[in-house]
Amino acid sequence: MEVFVSYLILFLLAWPLGLYMARVFAGGKTWLDPILNPLERGIYALLRVNPARGMTWRGYALALLWSNVPIAIIAYLIFVYQGVLPLNPDAIGGMSWDLALHTTASFITNTNQQHYSGQSQLSYLSQLAAIVTMQFVTPAVGLAAFAAVLRGITGGIRSSNVESHVAVPAANLGNYYVDVTRAITRVLLPLSIVVALLLTWQGVPSTFDGAKTATVLEPQTIEGKAITTQTIPVGPVAALVAIKQLGTNGGGWYGPNSAVPLENPTPLSNLIQLISILLIPVASIFMVGAFTKRPRFGVMVMGIMSLLSAVLAFAIIPAATQANAAFAGISASSANMEGVEQRFGPIASALWATWTTQTSNGSVNAMHDSLNPLAGMVALIGMWLNVTFGGDGVGFLNFFIYLIVAVFIAGLMVGRTPELFGRKIEAREMKLASLGLLISPLLILVPSALALAIPSVTANSNPSFHGLTQVVYEYSSAVANNGSGMAGLGTGGSVWWNVTCAVCLILARYVPIIAPLAIAGYIGAKKSAPQTAGTLRVDTPIFAGMTLSVILIVGALSYFPLAVMGPIAESLTIGKPLPQPVPLGQLNQRPPEPVRTVSEGK
Amino acid sequence: MQSAQVKTSSRRAGAIIPQGQLGRLILDSIKKLNPVYIAKNPVMFIVEVGTVITLFLTLERLFTGQTWGYELAITVLLLLTVLFATFAESVAEARGKAQAASLRAARADTPARKVLDNGTEQTVSSTQLQHDDMVRVAAGQLVPADGEIVQGLAMVDESAITGESAPVLRESGGDFSSVTGGTKVISDEITVRVTSLPGESFLDRMIALVEGANRQKTPNEIALGILLAGFTLIFVLVVATLLPMAAFIGTKLEVTTLVALLVCLIPTTIGGLLPAIGIAGMDRALRANVIAKSGRAVEVAGDIDTLLLDKTGTITMGNRQATAFLPVPGVSEQQLAHAAHIASLADNTPEGKSIVELAILRGSRVEASLRDTAEFIEFTAQTRMSGVNLPASSSAASKQIRKGAPDRMMRLVREAFGSVPAQLETDVERVARGGGTPLIVAEDGQALGVVALSDIVKPGIKERFAQLRKMGLRTVMITGDNPLTAKAIAAEAGVDDFMAEATPEDKMRLIKEEQQKGKLVAMMGDGTNDAPALAQADVGLAMNSGTQAAKEAGNMVDLDSDPTKLLEVVEIGKQLLITRGALTTFSIANDVAKDFAIIPAMFAGTIPALKVLDVMQLSSPNSAILSAVIFNALVIPLLIPVALRGVSYKPMSADAILGRNLLIYGLGGVIVPFIGIKAIDLMLSLARV
Repeated sequence: MEVFVSYLILFLLAWPLGLYMARVFAGGKTWLDPILNPLERGIYALLRVNPARGMTWRGYALALLWSNVPIAIIAYLIFVYQGVLPLNPDAIGGMSWDLALHTTASFITNTNQQHYSGQSQLSYLSQLAAIVTMQFVTPAVGLAAFAAVLRGITGGIRSSNVESHVAVPAANLGNYYVDVTRAITRVLLPLSIVVALLLTWQGVPSTFDGAKTATVLEPQTIEGKAITTQTIPVGPVAALVAIKQLGTNGGGWYGPNSAVPLENPTPLSNLIQLISILLIPVASIFMVGAFTKRPRFGVMVMGIMSLLSAVLAFAIIPAATQANAAFAGISASSANMEGVEQRFGPIASALWATWTTQTSNGSVNAMHDSLNPLAGMVALIGMWLNVTFGGDGVGFLNFFIYLIVAVFIAGLMVGRTPELFGRKIEAREMKLASLGLLISPLLILVPSALALAIPSVTANSNPSFHGLTQVVYEYSSAVANNGSGMAGLGTGGSVWWNVTCAVCLILARYVPIIAPLAIAGYIGAKKSAPQTAGTLRVDTPIFAGMTLSVILIVGALSYFPLAVMGPIAESLTIGKPLPQPVPLGQLNQRPPEPVRTVSEGK
Repeated sequence: MQSAQVKTSSRRAGAIIPQGQLGRLILDSIKKLNPVYIAKNPVMFIVEVGTVITLFLTLERLFTGQTWGYELAITVLLLLTVLFATFAESVAEARGKAQAASLRAARADTPARKVLDNGTEQTVSSTQLQHDDMVRVAAGQLVPADGEIVQGLAMVDESAITGESAPVLRESGGDFSSVTGGTKVISDEITVRVTSLPGESFLDRMIALVEGANRQKTPNEIALGILLAGFTLIFVLVVATLLPMAAFIGTKLEVTTLVALLVCLIPTTIGGLLPAIGIAGMDRALRANVIAKSGRAVEVAGDIDTLLLDKTGTITMGNRQATAFLPVPGVSEQQLAHAAHIASLADNTPEGKSIVELAILRGSRVEASLRDTAEFIEFTAQTRMSGVNLPASSSAASKQIRKGAPDRMMRLVREAFGSVPAQLETDVERVARGGGTPLIVAEDGQALGVVALSDIVKPGIKERFAQLRKMGLRTVMITGDNPLTAKAIAAEAGVDDFMAEATPEDKMRLIKEEQQKGKLVAMMGDGTNDAPALAQADVGLAMNSGTQAAKEAGNMVDLDSDPTKLLEVVEIGKQLLITRGALTTFSIANDVAKDFAIIPAMFAGTIPALKVLDVMQLSSPNSAILSAVIFNALVIPLLIPVALRGVSYKPMSADAILGRNLLIYGLGGVIVPFIGIKAIDLMLSLARV
């Protein structure tokens, strides 16, 4: 019931928002124009941008990259030198180079994977100037690229005012700076203000005062030290939480994120945040049909994503609400409450766990490390597929790669050179799509394998199946630009984790944005053949089935072994002795005789 | 058309492997194992590398005294996988060559009457003829080489090349001046300038091209190759990272098993059959007597949106048929019909036969004895009329009946009487304006009336166009007729559009207009003035009977010169792409079952609980892996017939085709390997007992 109501509210809010966003990115009139038009003109003048000038995919991608670089550099410097910079009432020290690198990479990629603990390792300046800036800009970047790709696949903007680059004809995808600006001023800012106010009303702190000190009710003695007071860090939490959720950022003010009562005090605040997680991602898909003027295509995309989202939601709830198998025979067989907040209960937490991993949000209201193994797997699947609504804007871009592959195979199967909206998909586009398909498995599998092979990285962590799941989760989260984590890796202090994750974060953010931009740029410049009975229609249920199969089969083939070795093996062997790892040195030695039979009983 | 179809279908029925060539084919497929050659195909290259790795592992175990049966079995199976793939390619090539050889056989050595500079003749072998040599060919002789008629005109029987029994007129100058080596002159005498060197005639060059000496990958094949390489890379990553990860959870995986898993996951089925599918596409075109100058041309045929079809021969019967007798005043229809009947008795052309049929329908009867006494005057290209001289008999005086083209006949009538009846002229004009061909029948120089020959729309053509419409193709009829006639025929035939009084420039403009709209256009043509349009069209199918310029300009040549061939070409193109898409789907869908067979087996020793994933309940881990590898290898030869013949194709809408193929190759591709692997596993376990 909670699930149905949540989905219902979500879709009711996302639909009008999607139509509004379509108008925003088409440059249409909206009711905020009187205030925002002069403001935006000021911004364009400041950036020295001619808003009427269109860009090819190359120009768009370069503008996107170059606009991100200075933000990242400033953020990095703030993190390293926050100790001596102002707005630091709690005298928090600077970050180490690797932690600052990871944190910068994590926030500039809309991931918000946190190897630090927010409230105790970031000054207010870091939180506001660095973190919140990136939390606003990065979803806007995603939405801009998304709008540009939609323009490309429908032929681009017909205007001669385009910077022209290269020999290969490329479509006019619009102006990057205009798209980002409008995404911030017309979508993200107004929505965040509303959500922040709602959260403040529910009791989330909104203050610039320093941390509060409280006297504890039951003084304890830990390691010989008497604990009588507790420091409670506060700050402008509500504002950050609003954009954290709306912008599929996920990085909380506090380390334990939305599980902390100060970030998420009530069931109602929980519902507001839950809806905020999926609001813009779902609205983006509502925008597809309206923006491309192909409503049936929008319905097809929405159908696939909704189906996947619902399947994951209905899979995680029984998996998560099972009794904790580790306690079998010890405690009563009620739902696994380990790591779950009492005030939300297991269902709301499970729903959150899957929604936050379906989108690239990554905020949590329960500890994913403590999810039952199969529920943890559902969270992993959300990140592996990364197409169920996904991050702001980028969800569709990930989906777009699968769409191109499905169009290609299905196009061949109907006996024509494959085409999307009448525009041919040829070798150049397939190269880019293959790159898009390859990047996630590459960045999840290789670093995971390396980390597991290096004892100094993983030996002090959980052993065996769960240890493997934790490592895989960490990289999957980085690669899906999700940001949620399974605790227990001790990721904060290790140069290895910071650096490898930073590499994954950056590649997994920009390659899947630029590849679709390039594909859209190329096909947008091609002639569009008129739709006939002989052309593949991409808005039919049968094609939706084809696309869904491509997503599921490619996903399954890439990650099935991981699922087997991690969560599946864990769930099948809970309570049994764990196998010892094979030392790496022995892998080079001759293997023992293979086991010839399975059934020992025979 | 009928005969061409019969012939094509009988050629199609040939066995998959050309007779008596199995040994040579196996040898050829072994030669293709050369890594340099295989490297062009990344999927099979990975399998070959895997084979070498497992071979080394087998030898290592052999020399260190361990069991090596499993490793050897995997090695052999992987080698077979590559071999099956190269074998498929060899078979496809051999079929193409066999087809080409049978075409060449028709072009045997013939004697040629070479005209020397001093005007005398010398008989030489056709193989000695050089470019620009002059040869004379008279009725009953074979044309010794490709060439152009410089003098004279003749009826030529081209059935040896085209299968069409009706002879065609060839004359110097104009569009019908080219003759093909191996065809037979059946009337008159012509002088031909040889335009080719022996063995280098246009046809020879085309055939050589088809034999695949320099086959280039087509654009769609390249794009698919990239996607397959992408999948392959993903699976290399999946399998390579499995080793350290499995070690972390306490399972030491054998490299042999990992290689087996990799080979099962990478798309070997489509990767192995991809070259064969491409070659077979051109071969199928060849079997339809169409020589495509490149694989790309065949592939593009599947993309065609608009077909420009010449009315005559494609939409209507090539030959017009008698539809009415229009007598002049004072002559009854009966009288005219009877005269036309007698005049056409010896006329074996379809027009002549149709006149006889219509006359009989109108009640005309001719006594059998008349045939013995009458003297028939045959049609020649110069007189342009035919007829009969009846001797005087007891009941009637001698008569001379003639029928022929209006201008010629009117001259005849004028010569006899000085003027022509006004009614005759109006009737001739009316028939001509209505799109028909008027013939005048005269008796002893006195005009009896007009026989109207009209276009008859081919039976079944309307249904064919309806099918094409379902496939999303637009048909445009091109005709020199006036708009009114064209409209009537277009409506009767059910084409989508027509272009009346079309000049070659009009055709060119129409093609460009359609292309501007993003459409791909196919057309067929034979004349020199068609050449620019043939070159401009995306698929330009030149008739072999056409001029050299037309044949050079088009990207395909139809040996049958059958205008309906365009439809067949479109289907071959579509079938080629569908076969690639369907087998790709099948190949990837197969992986699901293989994953379920191998992954639980890999961990069976250390994590017995994973047995629950072994949904097929296979007898042992090694048997599971072997079964998957055997299935993976066997699928390739089992699908060779599909690759060579193409997946079955019926004209229907894209949505319907997608649904059907997804069901067969997608869903089927998921289910079949579960059954297949289980069956192989059962056989393996039985064999062990």
